[in-house]
This record gives sequence, C-alpha cells and structure tokens, in this order.
Amino acid sequence: MTTPVPLSLDVNGERVDAHVLPRLNLADFLREHLQLTGTHVGCEQGVCGACTVRLNGDIVRACLVLAVQTEGASVVTIEGLSDSGEIADLQAAFRDRNALQCGFCTPGMLMAAQDLLQHSPAPDRDAIREHLSGNYCRCTGYQAIIDAVETTAQARAEPRS
Amino acid sequence: MKKTIDKPNGLSELDRPNSYIGKTVPRPNIERLMQGRGSYVSDMVLPRMAHVVYLRSPHAHAKIAGLDADAARKMPGVIAVVTGRELAAVITPWVGVLSHLKGLKSAPQHALAIDHVCWQGEAVAAIVATSRAAAEDAAEAVVVDYEELDAVTDMRTALDPPTPVIHASLGDNLAFERKLDAGEVDKAFAESDEVVEADFVFGRHTGVTLEPRAVLADWNAAEARLTIYQGTQAPHMVMNIAALHLGLQESQVRVVCKDVGGSFGIKVHIYADEMATYALAKLLRRPIKFVADRFESFNTDIHARDHLCKGRIGIKRDGTITAFEIDDLTGIGPYSMYPRTSAIEANQIVNLIGGPYLAKNYRARARVVFQNKNVMCQYRGVGHPVACSITEGLVDLAAMKIKMDPVEIRRRNLIPDDGYPCASPSGLRFELLSHHASLDKLLKMMDYDALRAEQAALRAKNIHRGIGLASFIEVTNPSAAFYGVGGARISSQDGVAVRLDATGSVICQTSITEQGQGSESLTAQIVGSVLGISMERVRVILGDTDNTPYGGGTWASRGAGIGGEAALQAAKALRRNILDVAAAILQSSASALDIVDNAVVNADDGTPRIPLHELARIVYFRPDTLPPGIQPELMATRHFVPREYPFAFTNGIQASWLEVDTDTGFIKLLKHWVVEDCGTIINPQLVDEQIRGGVVQGLGAALFEKCIYDERGQLTNANMADYLVPMSGEMPDIDVGHVVSPTFESELGAKGAGEAGTAGAAAAVSNAVNDALKPFGVTITEIPLTPQVVLTALGRV
Repeated sequence: MTTPVPLSLDVNGERVDAHVLPRLNLADFLREHLQLTGTHVGCEQGVCGACTVRLNGDIVRACLVLAVQTEGASVVTIEGLSDSGEIADLQAAFRDRNALQCGFCTPGMLMAAQDLLQHSPAPDRDAIREHLSGNYCRCTGYQAIIDAVETTAQARAEPRS
Repeated sequence: MKKTIDKPNGLSELDRPNSYIGKTVPRPNIERLMQGRGSYVSDMVLPRMAHVVYLRSPHAHAKIAGLDADAARKMPGVIAVVTGRELAAVITPWVGVLSHLKGLKSAPQHALAIDHVCWQGEAVAAIVATSRAAAEDAAEAVVVDYEELDAVTDMRTALDPPTPVIHASLGDNLAFERKLDAGEVDKAFAESDEVVEADFVFGRHTGVTLEPRAVLADWNAAEARLTIYQGTQAPHMVMNIAALHLGLQESQVRVVCKDVGGSFGIKVHIYADEMATYALAKLLRRPIKFVADRFESFNTDIHARDHLCKGRIGIKRDGTITAFEIDDLTGIGPYSMYPRTSAIEANQIVNLIGGPYLAKNYRARARVVFQNKNVMCQYRGVGHPVACSITEGLVDLAAMKIKMDPVEIRRRNLIPDDGYPCASPSGLRFELLSHHASLDKLLKMMDYDALRAEQAALRAKNIHRGIGLASFIEVTNPSAAFYGVGGARISSQDGVAVRLDATGSVICQTSITEQGQGSESLTAQIVGSVLGISMERVRVILGDTDNTPYGGGTWASRGAGIGGEAALQAAKALRRNILDVAAAILQSSASALDIVDNAVVNADDGTPRIPLHELARIVYFRPDTLPPGIQPELMATRHFVPREYPFAFTNGIQASWLEVDTDTGFIKLLKHWVVEDCGTIINPQLVDEQIRGGVVQGLGAALFEKCIYDERGQLTNANMADYLVPMSGEMPDIDVGHVVSPTFESELGAKGAGEAGTAGAAAAVSNAVNDALKPFGVTITEIPLTPQVVLTALGRV
C-alpha cells in the first residue's frame, strides 16, 4: 500500500494525471498535489463540511473520499465554481449579507448551498438550515448565511426579463 | 470632554457627507475568502519546508522513564526526532504568572515535556519529516516508557491533603485565590426578606476554531532571522515571546499573520507546541510547519469556563436586591497559560458579578486549582458568560421567590441610565451605560406582553415555553490595566500609519489584526471618511510585525475602539498635511480647503480645486515646482491607548424564547433577541454579525458543548462528532438592536462588541428553561442543558 498508483481525472475542467499513495484522501490530493487550497480541512472525519467538493455532480466530503476513488471522475472545487461564474450571484449575496467572517467554512458552505439551489429551486429557511446543517461555521451564527441563500433562491426564481 | 456630540446617532465631525462611518459596506477582503483564494497558514508551503508531528502523552499524569526513537529515526522521510531535553537547549521554559494577580503561581513549562507529563495530550517528542503522513507513521514507532501517576481530575478535591500535588515545587495545587468583601454583606443578608442560594455548574468547553492552530516557522541561518507565519491575534506579542525564549533580539523575529480560520481567544495565547515549532526551525535550520489535527485541537487548544460556583442573593419584598455573594472554584489544568495566565477568568468573574445592578454589598471568593487536564485560559467573553449566568440566574431566582416578574426586578435594580459615572462594588468604573434604555428597547422588539400571553395559552395545552432575560456588562478597549501592569509585554496601545501614494490612493498599516471581524473594513472606512477618499482606494495592511506599527492586535474587543481611534487620528494628521501642500500649490490656506471625493475642494462652496492624484503627482515627481521651503509629508502615524478608564464597559440585554419537551428533555430555541450598546457604530452589519456569532457560541455552551473527562483525566469526546457544536439546524434567528452611548475617551467613541453575544446567551437560555419549567417547581443551574440534565431535574431519569 506504499506504492503510488496512477490517477487520471478531470478537476475544474482540466485533465489531471498524477501518482498518488492509495491512502491519500481527495482533500489532501487537491490541496497538496494540485495546490487547490480553497478546499479546507477542518476535522478529517466528515463532520465539519469544510472540504465539501463536487464529485460527478454530487457534493461529497473530500476527506472521506480516497483520491484513487476518483479515477476518471470529474471534480469541481471552489476555485472552479468561482471561475466558471456559476455561483457569482450566490457569492454576491454572501458578500452583501456579510455571510462569512473568517471564511474558512465558506468554500464548503457555498458548495453545499449551490447543491441545494440546484435541486430545490424555492427552499424555505428551514429547508436551507436543514441542508446546511452538516457545514460547521463558528463565526456567523448561520443567520446571515441562511439569509444569503434565501435571497439567491428568490432571485433565481424570478422570471428573467 | 473634548468631543461634542451634535448628532442624535452619536456621530460628530465624522458624519461628513461622504462618510463611511455608521454605514454598511462590504469588507474589502471578502472576495478572496469566498473564492477559495485566501491564504491561511495551513495552505502555506516554503522551499525545504518540513512537517512536524508531536507525539503526545496518552496519560493525564505520568513520569517519562524512557524514550526510544531509534526505530522512528530510520523510517522513510524522517528528518529528526527531537526530545524535550534536546529542545530545551534551544528554547527556555516559561512561567505563566502576572504580578498584579497577587499570589498566582505556576510551574516552569517546557516546549516539550522532559520527564513529567501533566495532561493527556502534552507533547513529549517532535517528529519532523518530509510530509505529515511520514511523520505520523514514524510517531507510531517512538516508544515511550511511562510510569503512570495518580491524576488530579476533580477540582473539588484538588486541595484536599490526600490529593497528590502536581508540581511538588509549588507545595500545593492552589494556583490563585482572590477574596473580595465590599459593603456590609452580613448585615444586608440579615436585613433581607429572602435569601436565595444556588449551586451553578458550568461545563468545560473550548473554542473549536474551524482552522486548527497552525504555525510555519522559518529560521534563516544566513540572516539569523526567524519568520513565524501564524494565525495569531497578537503578532507583536508572539514576536516578543519567541525572541525572549530563543535568545534572540526582537529585531531577529518577524511574525506574519495572513488569513486566520477563526480565533475567538483560542489564538491569542502561546502554546507549547508552537514554541517547540519555532525552536525546531532554529535547531534544524529550515522551515517547519505544524498544523494541529482536530484531536490535538481538542486536547491542546485552551479550554475554558470549568467552574463550580455557589451563589447567594438577598432580596427585599419590594424587589430591592440587597447583596450578592459567590464562592467560585475552577480547575485550570496543570499550568497557568502563558503569557496571559489562567487566573484572569476567575478574576474577571469576581469583578463582573452583580455588575449591572445597584446593590453595593458584595462578597466573593474565587479559587483556581491545578488539575491533570488540558490547560484553561481566556476564550471569547473571558468570565463574562459565567458571571452573567450566576448574576442573572440569582436575580431570576430572587424574583421567583418574591413572585415578581423578571422585567420588574430588573427595572428596580439596574443602575439608572442617568447614574453615571459610577463604580461597582468590585471597583469597576462605568463611564456611561444604558441598561434601562436597552431593556425598554428589548421588550418592544420581542413584544414581551404578547409572548407572556402566548406562553400562558400554550401551558394550558401542556406546551412548555419559557422567556429568559439576561442583562450584562462587557469589558472592552482594555488599557494596560489588563496585562501590562502585571509585567506582561503585551501592548495595550495600537498604531496606524497612513500614506497617500503617487496615484492618490492610500496605504494604511495598522497593528490590529483581522480574523473576520472586519478590522480591515473598519480601518478603511475610518481612513476613507476622514480623508475624503473612496474606500476602494484605501488598502489596509495588517498582521506583519515588519510592516505595521507596534501594537496589541485584536482581542478583548479592542480593534475598533483602540485601533480605530489610531486610524482616525493618523488620517486626520495626513489630511492636515495634504491640505498644507494643497494650500501651497493653490496659493490658498489649509482652512479654506477640504477633501471630498478624492479631490481637494473649496471648503465653503465645494468647488473642485485639485484631484488628489494630481497633488500626489506633483509631490512625488515634480517637487521642484513647489514653493521654496515646502517639504510635503504625505505619511502620518498615530498611536492610541485609553488612559482615563482602564476599560470601556459596554452593556446590553438578551432574551431567549424556547420550548422544553418535558418528555425527551430536548430544548428548541425559537427566537433570540439582543440589544447592546457599543458606542459609535462604524459598520452596523459587522457589529450585528459579531453579536450573532457571539450569541451562537454562547448558545453552544448553553445546550451542547462540554469537554467530557473521565476520572483518569482522559478526554472522552475529543472529536467533532462527539463534542457537539451549534449547527444551522438548531439555531434560531437572532434580532439585534442598539443603543448608542459613545465613550468620551476617544474622538471616535467606539467601544467593543465582540464579547457581548457570548456574555449573555447562556444566561438567557438558562433563565428561559427555568421559566418554562416553573409549573414543575424545578430550577436548573447547570450548563450545558442536555436532555439528561433536564430529565434528571424533572425526576424522569
């Protein structure tokens, strides 16, 4: 188990080829091999949500996925999600509402919030609280985050003129 | 008083047409954090960087009889395995005492334990390797021969003669004791109609910053200079202490603090493993990175608030509170923390009890004992939540005893808003507080009478909801009275340098730090307002001892009040300098000119005269065209520290509305309200979010958070799955209101707001739970209010 194995996958739309130890988790692979340090590590046991990334369209805890499990997969991190403009409105709502302080939970929080907004176009506050209840934030007390997600959901639901 | 308040919202000359003061504007640093482009220490990589993992004691108390690292040294990737004795040759030990806390004692603490480990989690060896994984592998191969000793775990018996003494050289396990006796306490109790007593129990908990503590120390042997990258709240303090214990001059140490993933007081201390990391960099002559994992965080980040306190209150039938008395006991672990000490919390509790009230009779004893658990020290709100829970708990118990509404007893006893300046029985000096205005505002926000009616209607349906109130005072803007007078080299003043650059933008260097509160934003708002320059043209540099003025940093709610005033005064000085140059260029006088929207204008009619970028161009590139004898100074530096009052006290009140399920013991938080008075508000949104975040930390303590130790001193829930923290699903919406009583100590008038939320949240919840349980004749004075605690009180388990 100490021999690196080859790994190919798509990360933020770019093909990545690497050799990794089988025990390496996806969060450490993204951070240490690809220097995608926007994926944060808070607990390394799947509780805090700071390492949330998108894997083949679904959000996962990158600390609970082994890098070798992502062979041939498509991974999107906060850097990719930001650069594509997919969550520009959500980020603007976070900024306007000051929905982050230290910012360490924020990439994971945005990942989880966008996942909710993709699957549930008009979530109420309780649904937002429920969906984000696996993402730990020590700074904000959550209310500003809930407000920002709610605002984004409402704006997206409005017919575009 | 040098300031005239000419606006109802408390603003004076800062309330200029283009002012950012009092306005919600987005924080300048928020975009990079949202895009995953922040720079936390845990993200950093340097050439030749190695990783350190600390091997930690599995025992709470043991002798180290031997340590064999031979096998570990041969493991792949291992660079060094360093023991406590080896590291002691590089870095000296320390003792966490301060002279103004009379009698406080502690034992010398080493960066790595040498032959005696005193808590589960104390580091005994450093394993340095090319990767953290390699170091962790090698750590498993280090064999330590421990001789386990009896652990002192129960603070109630820590001082009993049969209990082992943890540090023989200290003679006993008593770290600190303080007694206070003000007024005529015995007489007051004797003259009371009722005296109510209760035993208050507080769960030991911790800060759980989402980014664990992280340090990257880089010793450049060629320059003989150490650069420390650390998520700290106090860079100059770290610089001073690292230099002191490594035998360096302060000029040989630079501390750089980039983005910090949460601090809350956890990152204002100097930890043994951080000291060890600095020393390892020097010893091994290369960058060494230490990032705590979550298990280490729970076992080594300071804990706080482990208190048992007997409280008494005397009350007359008309509602007059006659006296308070407390006997507080706290266990701080095996060492007083360095350099702020672990006696401050208990000391603060003695200071703060009864603080909002008129009663002048007050007696207190606080004892601080050593035990074989992780160290305790200052965490957000330092002492406030404990003091507030005891005070407000006693006030509500007294009200219950004489059948008086909790609002009414507060109305009769809170210090009147026109009663200032005044002092508390413990000697705290209050410049101007607003307890009654805050109470009135809170009652309106929550519609108190309607809630009481709803409560009564639901009780008939066997639904048990409660309302809890908690008035509080908050220590902010600390002067040298906090640490400096006790001999700690922790700056209580802060400095700001402001410079107009060649394109008319402003660079501002400040000694306060940013951990998400908005230090950067409030500095830019103040500087932009005073200079008449758009905020986006103001760049703020902080967190670098090489590149900022010397100062305290951001802790104890001092950033806005102290750093903000320094920014204000620096900007005023630069503004005068700019207008002097403008007057020379325009053949006018400085008093006839103003700066508005990035241009010098006529003060009387606002006519634009010269844009700042043009003025700066002349100054920097064509000074030859200026009149003879003019030497422009487009940079100004000012420092500030409060001198008149040791602390700028703020005040406020919180209310909780919740439902107790008497079958399951679960508590559902329905709504929370806060009214607080932090003086001049620079950015309302930032203040409100500080309050909300603080409240939720207090709610965590109220309902969930507890470091659970067994009788052998093992922390049994040292992970985020078992140590519960507030998550979004359980938290209520929190309404925040303000009363504004600026401090006259500064022109800005700002006081702090960082502790207010945490100070009163648990007290409000406890009082609400007892209110809900009134029909059952049950009162609970213990937090966290877990289902087990509630059901035990109800006699159902």
